[in-house]
Amino acid sequence: MKIVVLMKQVPNRDAILRVNREEKWIEEGDLSFEVSESDGYALEEALRLKEKKGGEVVVCSLGPQRVKSVIKDALARGADRAIHILGDNLEHVGPFATAKILAEAIREEQADLVLTGLQSDDYGYGQTGVIAAELLGLPHATIVIEVDYSGEQLRVKRELESGWYQWYTMRTPCLLTIQSGISQIRYATLKGIMAAKKKEIREVQPAADAAAAGEFQTVTRIYLPLKQKQTQFLGDGDAKRGAAQLAEKLRNEARVI
Amino acid sequence: MSAVVEEKKIIVGGSFLIEERTPEEVFTPEDFTEEHRMIADTARQFMDGEVRPRIDDLEKKDWKLARELVQKGAELGFIGATVPEEYGGLGLDQISGGIIGEALGRSASFATTMGAQGGIGLLPILYYGTEEAKRKYVPRIVTGELITAYALTEAGSGSDALAAKATARLSEDGTHYVLKGEKMWITNGGFADVFVVFAKVDGDKFTGFIVERQEGLANGAEEHKMGIKGSSTTALALDNVRTPVENLLGEVGKGHKIAFNILNIGRFKLGAMCCGGMKLMTSESVRYANERHQFGKPISSFGAIKHKLAEMATRTWVGEALIYRTLGLIESALGVAADAADAESKLRAIEEYAAECSAIKVILSEFADYCADEMVQIYGGYGYSADYPAERAYRDSRINRIFEGTNEINRMLIPGMLMRRAMAGKLALLPAAQALMDELLSPQLPSLDEDESVLAAEAKLARNAKKVALMVLGTAAQKYMAALAEEQEVLLGASNIIMDVYAMESAILRAQKLAASQGEDTAALHLDMVRVFCNDAVERVEAEARNTLAAISEGDELRTLLAALKRFTKNTPTNTVAARRRIADAMIRANRYVY
Repeated sequence: MKIVVLMKQVPNRDAILRVNREEKWIEEGDLSFEVSESDGYALEEALRLKEKKGGEVVVCSLGPQRVKSVIKDALARGADRAIHILGDNLEHVGPFATAKILAEAIREEQADLVLTGLQSDDYGYGQTGVIAAELLGLPHATIVIEVDYSGEQLRVKRELESGWYQWYTMRTPCLLTIQSGISQIRYATLKGIMAAKKKEIREVQPAADAAAAGEFQTVTRIYLPLKQKQTQFLGDGDAKRGAAQLAEKLRNEARVI
Repeated sequence: MSAVVEEKKIIVGGSFLIEERTPEEVFTPEDFTEEHRMIADTARQFMDGEVRPRIDDLEKKDWKLARELVQKGAELGFIGATVPEEYGGLGLDQISGGIIGEALGRSASFATTMGAQGGIGLLPILYYGTEEAKRKYVPRIVTGELITAYALTEAGSGSDALAAKATARLSEDGTHYVLKGEKMWITNGGFADVFVVFAKVDGDKFTGFIVERQEGLANGAEEHKMGIKGSSTTALALDNVRTPVENLLGEVGKGHKIAFNILNIGRFKLGAMCCGGMKLMTSESVRYANERHQFGKPISSFGAIKHKLAEMATRTWVGEALIYRTLGLIESALGVAADAADAESKLRAIEEYAAECSAIKVILSEFADYCADEMVQIYGGYGYSADYPAERAYRDSRINRIFEGTNEINRMLIPGMLMRRAMAGKLALLPAAQALMDELLSPQLPSLDEDESVLAAEAKLARNAKKVALMVLGTAAQKYMAALAEEQEVLLGASNIIMDVYAMESAILRAQKLAASQGEDTAALHLDMVRVFCNDAVERVEAEARNTLAAISEGDELRTLLAALKRFTKNTPTNTVAARRRIADAMIRANRYVY
């Protein structure tokens, strides 16, 4: 079985974020980077499936040279080889262009399964996996919290709202977007780290038409939530009416009760 | 991964005191390979993900958990990293060992457990065990299946380890030894399976043995310690305990060699662990100082706090420079010794830098204590509460100045070892001291050097500090001759100067190397740290030398020496206030230790 895992590098979760001067993104100068959390779980799921079913895990990541650290880390944890779609400023294209570039880069792999996190920790669109599935002509399932391939068919458990779950039987090939926190992610062993040195990382350019796929959305402005301070007097001196108005505001405006 | 081993010539141990090095000659953390960095990441993730969240359970003496964590760490390769592959290890370089040690330092208790397991409890077997014993024990220690402990100290013999009273006698059929005695302060004592025990054969032959847990070998209750409460420390009673002759370590009567050589390794590992702890303490202090508001501002915006944060960072960075410079030296020497490939030559390669290892132990343990102390202070009242991390860090840090040879013993060892190397013709200390005396007696021309290279002023301070060290050491040797060993205060004074010399030079070389490879702009804050450190170090050197010289010299001679001292420690102070603010600001912005 061949499994491709799409992984993204994002700013470290402990970083203090500052909006950049153009108000289009954050200052990246002081930042350190790590793998987007749910992509890490996607990799773990892939490695577990490989341990049970055999086959190959191929990691694919898009971005500048610094993305190599995410790729190397995945190889050290047990992925077999990697595809690095190299390009500057590509990490800021919209979800459609991202999905298109990723889909074109892995199309030839003819994977049995494509896994990725359900959304990235930076932009958080939650669309890349779904669009990639569409472009590859694959069925998909989102917010997957359990993958069971012990029988003939692939079964996945999806997280619904209000504590509801759904088991789904999928035909392969297909694409799954994986929820965070569903397993215990393995650590890279020292042996794995040394072995990763010898594994293939194929650098490719984004397919020309993919990069020019056009944007269906643009970021107009990035800003921190504005803090406002305002005083209102409720009830006009009538405590009972004031209490009722307060309850209404807490429920409908502040939405805390 | 022997990035540092290229030329087959080793730098003589102790030569930092009399020779000049170029930045290219020293190994620095900036020279880490990608694999080194990945090892650091995975070790840190393991400590933060598995060990630190469970420290409260470890402190409740849950040794089942401790064993599990040791095994988990072992699976990742942390115990066997530097062990040869034929004994189940990975055969990686000493740099990797240092990197793992650093990460372990994020939990002092667990670092202590692992320090016994992968260091002093394992290495005597690896380096001195019979082939049979190595094959029997080492692979199972590397996987964490067997937990090890090192039993040297006794109630009446601590620093004076060779005064041990434990005895060993050969059985009448000559097949095994029978050991009797009591040991104290045994790390992992509560749950170890295998012990490295030192005892005297025939009443006076100090000897090392491997002893398995068995009937007759009993550990006492857990000691009530000030810190590292999540590590097991007990006494150990040996009541006619038997061990086969194959479990003899090295030769009968040569146990002191094992004890001392293994300690050299233990010392640089302890330094690395301190360094890892310091990085964590600094990061946590920065975070707290950013969160804590007083007078309407985060306390990190106040100069008093910036001073502390900057000083914590500076000592961490300088300490790190010392560790990896020394590990680089050891790695080069091992690369040369690898031709011989036997354990003895490997140990000799490490012993070459015994003085440097002692310096690292002392400097890093005291830097770590400084950081812990300032962390408590930054946390203020919360620093005194056991609900916050500073209190534990403070208690945990204190032991580092006591174990692996007290800092006093290690300080006194440094000049002693250097002098012994000089007497044996391995280190050209005497010609250097003679040249210095000639310089002192010849008229001085005002120096016209207008060196404008990076850190030229600091490099000059370090060069002159070497002269101060030689002056003090030379004068003391001349006055006391062989009796110098009895003059502890003088030895301590000389040692403090020597350690500052090593620290200054290591920091300067690291920063120069960084500036050369990444540009002076990128290295600006590192250069600040070196300027701050050297500025303060030269004041310490001057005070130490003045007081020591006054104790060993008088009259005209003293006046001549003090005049020279004044010249050698002449320093135009840098603006350390502004520099420390810059150093702190970068961390305050990033909310962590960034160097």
